[in-house]
Amino acid sequence: MAHANHADTAAPAILQEVKPALLPRAILISNNRSFSWITEKICGIIEGKTPTWWWVCFALACFVASFTVAGIAYLIATGVGVWGHANPVNWAWDIVNFVFWIGIGHAGTLISAILCLLRQKWRTSINRAAEAMTIFAVVCAAIFPVFHVGRVWYAWYLFPIPNSNAIWQNFRSPLEWDVFAVSTYGTVSVLFWYVGLLPDLAVLRDRFYSSGNNLRSALYGFFALGWRGSNRHWSNYEMAYLILAGISTPLVLSVHTIVSFDFAVSLLPGWHTTIFPPYFVAGAIFSGFGMVLTLMLPLRAVYKLEDLITQYHIDCMCKITLATGTIVGYAYAMEFFIAWYSANPYEGFAFINRAFGHYAWAYWIMISCNVITPQFFWFKAVRNNTSFVWILSIFVNVGMWFERFVIIVTSLARDFLPSSWGYYSPSIVEIFTFFGTFGVFSVLFLLFIRFLPIMPMAELKAVTPQADVHGGGAHH
Amino acid sequence: MAAPSYGLIATFDTTPDLYHAAEKVRDAGYRNWDCITPFPVHGLDKAMGLPRSIVPRISLAGGIIGFCTGMSMIWWTGEVDYQLIVGGKPLFSPMFAFPVSYELTILFTAFATIGGMLFLNGLPMHYHAVLKYEHIRRGMDDQFFIVIETRDPRFNLANTKALLEKAGGKNISELEA
Repeated sequence: MAHANHADTAAPAILQEVKPALLPRAILISNNRSFSWITEKICGIIEGKTPTWWWVCFALACFVASFTVAGIAYLIATGVGVWGHANPVNWAWDIVNFVFWIGIGHAGTLISAILCLLRQKWRTSINRAAEAMTIFAVVCAAIFPVFHVGRVWYAWYLFPIPNSNAIWQNFRSPLEWDVFAVSTYGTVSVLFWYVGLLPDLAVLRDRFYSSGNNLRSALYGFFALGWRGSNRHWSNYEMAYLILAGISTPLVLSVHTIVSFDFAVSLLPGWHTTIFPPYFVAGAIFSGFGMVLTLMLPLRAVYKLEDLITQYHIDCMCKITLATGTIVGYAYAMEFFIAWYSANPYEGFAFINRAFGHYAWAYWIMISCNVITPQFFWFKAVRNNTSFVWILSIFVNVGMWFERFVIIVTSLARDFLPSSWGYYSPSIVEIFTFFGTFGVFSVLFLLFIRFLPIMPMAELKAVTPQADVHGGGAHH
Repeated sequence: MAAPSYGLIATFDTTPDLYHAAEKVRDAGYRNWDCITPFPVHGLDKAMGLPRSIVPRISLAGGIIGFCTGMSMIWWTGEVDYQLIVGGKPLFSPMFAFPVSYELTILFTAFATIGGMLFLNGLPMHYHAVLKYEHIRRGMDDQFFIVIETRDPRFNLANTKALLEKAGGKNISELEA
């Protein structure tokens, strides 16, 4: 090559080769643990005796869940009027709680799908639990719109199933889009989770078989579908997993986009804005990471998983919370700016009213929890203090619930005509129903950590140094 | 032989051992053989000489079917079967049909991907010779196996055993079919 000679004589103006900086790889599993240590650690949780704290938490969770059961039973027996909705606020806690729970689910898909595509290997320690969180959050979310239809035994009218009225769904409505978005999201999340579980179920099948527990071996074995760790299978499996990650990424972004369409496609001041889709997605990921931290930090402490969920993992989660929280803060500011810049008096009023009207208390709770709380994560000392991170994560959850409340209720309570203004307060039935969903979620999550591997063993093993075929391992 | 034999199984303790052994078995020209690993070993597909998985083609077909299902369902229900004017909007437009079709694209892709993966892998298959191996539990845990089947045209008990031994395999034993 002509320019090669030239390079020998003088320093080249353009480097022929740019070498990437050599950065040390983050250690994802501390203390150089072996493959069998990982298996023992994760399976030990399932095979060991049920701890007392589990029974205490489970009883408490069942008690809390009974509030949802009671609230819903009363609603079915009486009618949807037992909720506090009335003109002009015909949509309130039900949709607030729905968006809140769906948003929480989004971090699970983000961790399992988007971080998989970005090859962020730190996701392996937390993705199983985060995906479980997604599924259980979708269950809690679905309760609200399904029972808000009033006569819940007609909820199947939401789907295009031929019925005796011969009429079809109105596909021009974002609410119908939402039916498809959320049911697809729920289905794909369950499938993605199950596919991830296959190899781990096979591990449990063989372990229970060798310890002589044939019933549990048969149960896990049934769901393991006869997985035998064949590399010909892994080849297709890994490709399928990658594709599922690839399709879950646009899915998770589209679900909250469509949820935001429920508002953005309407004409109400404070709802009818184009910023809603990205703003809702960022908020969903923010709240979801808040919930992942809320769940994983106690789990890590109780099961002594410090070698698997390292400080590096907590740092990463805190930083994502910080980034998405800051995006949310930016969106709040931009909404205000556009309301002023659009010179639309209704839009301007909607935002002044949010900050200084009857619901100002909710607005400032939202701002302090969502904008100020994540800023603490700039500091390493804060990220290293697990208890403080956990407390901040609770604030994130609270703040994001209030965000949905502020958006939904303030806009409806103060629309175009002062004659139609009102003030909404929830009824005790609504409060019971919402409070109980935390119990429903906890019951499901406790069952999950008792009976299924809380971390993907196969994926954890694959990120250890000794998994490297070129002998990158520390021990042989 | 008393019971018909499925093949020979050999044990390897580390990932590099398995990787190099797999290269040797591939180079010896075997076709019906497999590696059993507790996790997907990066690069092993190449060492085994496996072609790229065809799951993506099935996924693509699923996605196309999903999108067409969404569009045609909304067109048929709104424009053909029961016309209902709502808000002065058109009876059908690809614009408002898009979000639902998009979601169905993803849903059907997921079904096709998982269904395709299971079909190509021949799962569910709860009974398999490999699963009867007494140490199979370790293959799900921390050891690696290479299985060469008797139906392979190059299979010869003595030669195949020698190959596995040369490749570093331990505990070489016959699998009952």
